[in-house]
Amino acid sequence: MSETKSNVVLHVADVHKRFGGLHALADIDLQVEEGQTHAIIGPNGAGKSTLLNVIIGKLAPSSGAVVFDGNVLTGRKPYEINQMGIARVFQTPEIFTDLSVLHNVMIPALARRDGAYKFNILRALERETAIRQEAEAMLEDVGMHSSRDMAAGSLSRGDKRRMELAMCLIQHPRLLLLDEPTAGMSRHDTNTTIELLKKIKSRGMTKVIIEHDMHVVFSLADKISVLAQGRIIADGTPDQVRGNPKVQEAYLGGAH
Amino acid sequence: MNIFYLPRRDAITLAVFALVVLTMPVWLVPFGAAYPGLMQKFAIFAIFAVGYNVLFGLTGYLSFGHAAFLGVGSYTAVWTFKLMTMNVIPAMIFAVIVSGLFALAIGFVSLRRSGIYFSILTLAFAQMCYNLAYSVLTPITNGETALQLTMNDPRVLDLMFSERGAGLPSPSLLGQGMSGIEAFYVVAVVLLIAFYIAQKIFVSPFGMMLRAIKSNQTRMHYTGFNTRPYALTAFVISGMYAGLAGSLLAATDPLAGAERMQWTASGEVVLMTILGGVGTLIGPVIGAWLIKYFENIFSGFNDAMLHHTFSWLPQGAQDVVVAITSKFVGEGWQLSLGLIFVLVVVFLPGGVMEGIRRFSSLFRNRREPGPTGALKTSPAE
Repeated sequence: MSETKSNVVLHVADVHKRFGGLHALADIDLQVEEGQTHAIIGPNGAGKSTLLNVIIGKLAPSSGAVVFDGNVLTGRKPYEINQMGIARVFQTPEIFTDLSVLHNVMIPALARRDGAYKFNILRALERETAIRQEAEAMLEDVGMHSSRDMAAGSLSRGDKRRMELAMCLIQHPRLLLLDEPTAGMSRHDTNTTIELLKKIKSRGMTKVIIEHDMHVVFSLADKISVLAQGRIIADGTPDQVRGNPKVQEAYLGGAH
Repeated sequence: MNIFYLPRRDAITLAVFALVVLTMPVWLVPFGAAYPGLMQKFAIFAIFAVGYNVLFGLTGYLSFGHAAFLGVGSYTAVWTFKLMTMNVIPAMIFAVIVSGLFALAIGFVSLRRSGIYFSILTLAFAQMCYNLAYSVLTPITNGETALQLTMNDPRVLDLMFSERGAGLPSPSLLGQGMSGIEAFYVVAVVLLIAFYIAQKIFVSPFGMMLRAIKSNQTRMHYTGFNTRPYALTAFVISGMYAGLAGSLLAATDPLAGAERMQWTASGEVVLMTILGGVGTLIGPVIGAWLIKYFENIFSGFNDAMLHHTFSWLPQGAQDVVVAITSKFVGEGWQLSLGLIFVLVVVFLPGGVMEGIRRFSSLFRNRREPGPTGALKTSPAE
């Protein structure tokens, strides 16, 4: 199964997903190459989120498998998948609203250092100097250092997203999954998020982006797969996809 | 790296707390509560509540069965007295171990569910333990009559060194008897140690993980944490605290009855924690003291004392006032407790501690207007 092409990190192999009579995903075959930003686009109800949930292990595929770096992900728990090096940004930011921004970012750093479970009460949090400095540097990176002591729940939506991104980046994941990273954001927040994603693009991290917003996709992606009614109808570079008549018919329509 | 390290703020809290606890025999006098039996209860139930808060306050898992561990601790302690020695230290150690094992088993099953289902599971297990103690396991627990010391207990360790005395022996610590004011100081020192350990948990990375579980369990999973062992560890720690409190109840009064494990006792520690302030260190202690104070002082009031209190009123008014207030004291003390509980939950959802916080920020604001509290609430950017 592994390494058909030399540098495929994530391979979604012949995945089908049925909900009762609904064929939500049919015959999905997707190969994501190391270091690339791979976007999955499609109209509402095309099965984008279902596909992401299958990749992350939240949903089990009806048939087929998801292979990451030679390991089958299907059937593994979310925390095991994360420990293998996959981090995820959610459509609605999943953050620790009651904790401070700094602690929000320290927690994933501890997950990377200590693994899925560690009983550690002899150390005090404020003595975790290395982790703290790393978290502060990461907040500096995403431009949020000044709000490090705020409660995460009181951040603006755009800042919550940026912080969630920082929480994923501090783990140095091999694969970062982004579920509509700019959904529900103002133009300004969308642009700052795109800038941030471009900035981390240069770090050589592999990314899969589920996105609705064309503007975001075409400015970020190296490769685009177009999903419609649970099937991949086109696959290729942004230019190839843009020129594909099937895509225009199914998705772009008159909008672009 | 100093493993006893505490952040400055917590070290000050601990010092003040130690002062307050150790001077109880002085400052409780005006409240009419400075007698050893009650002060022992204050300290013991504070341990129970502090431990319970490690689970409920940090992880948010609401257990309705912690009295089971209190009871297990008591039974273990009395059995240690009977079989080994009247020294309280082995009794405490065994009680903590055995209640920890019970908590491990019960927590392992109960933590497969969360929310209300978790609460119901813990309640079911606690009631099972109560029934086992009350009727099924009477050879071990002595059922209704409660487990007591007898004249011909084996007490292997004690009898190796000394002759069997004339009367029933009583628990001791290093030759010092465990009764009256001495026993209070022993229990108070155990409380301070227990409080210090809770502080260590609160400021540790482990404590932060527990808070994060309460805040967003989904994010914890996708961040790479297996949350169940974290919650189970918190459950076992709080069970051990309960067992320790149970062993101290037995040490101050060597008797273990099943009623200690009943669901009302489990509910009481929930009330203590909520009344004082969930998730704070001091709150549950205050809650425990308030409830034990009401239970012991208000329940002791009677009509004659009320008449005395209100003797400054004219005769008619005095009778009316006494008739009303008498419903809230004596047998009816739980009525006033319930009333206070309702008022606190409605107006101060954060418990007494929130009241204190609001009160002190009121004063601080007058002096220097600006953000208060642990988290600054300045707007973003």
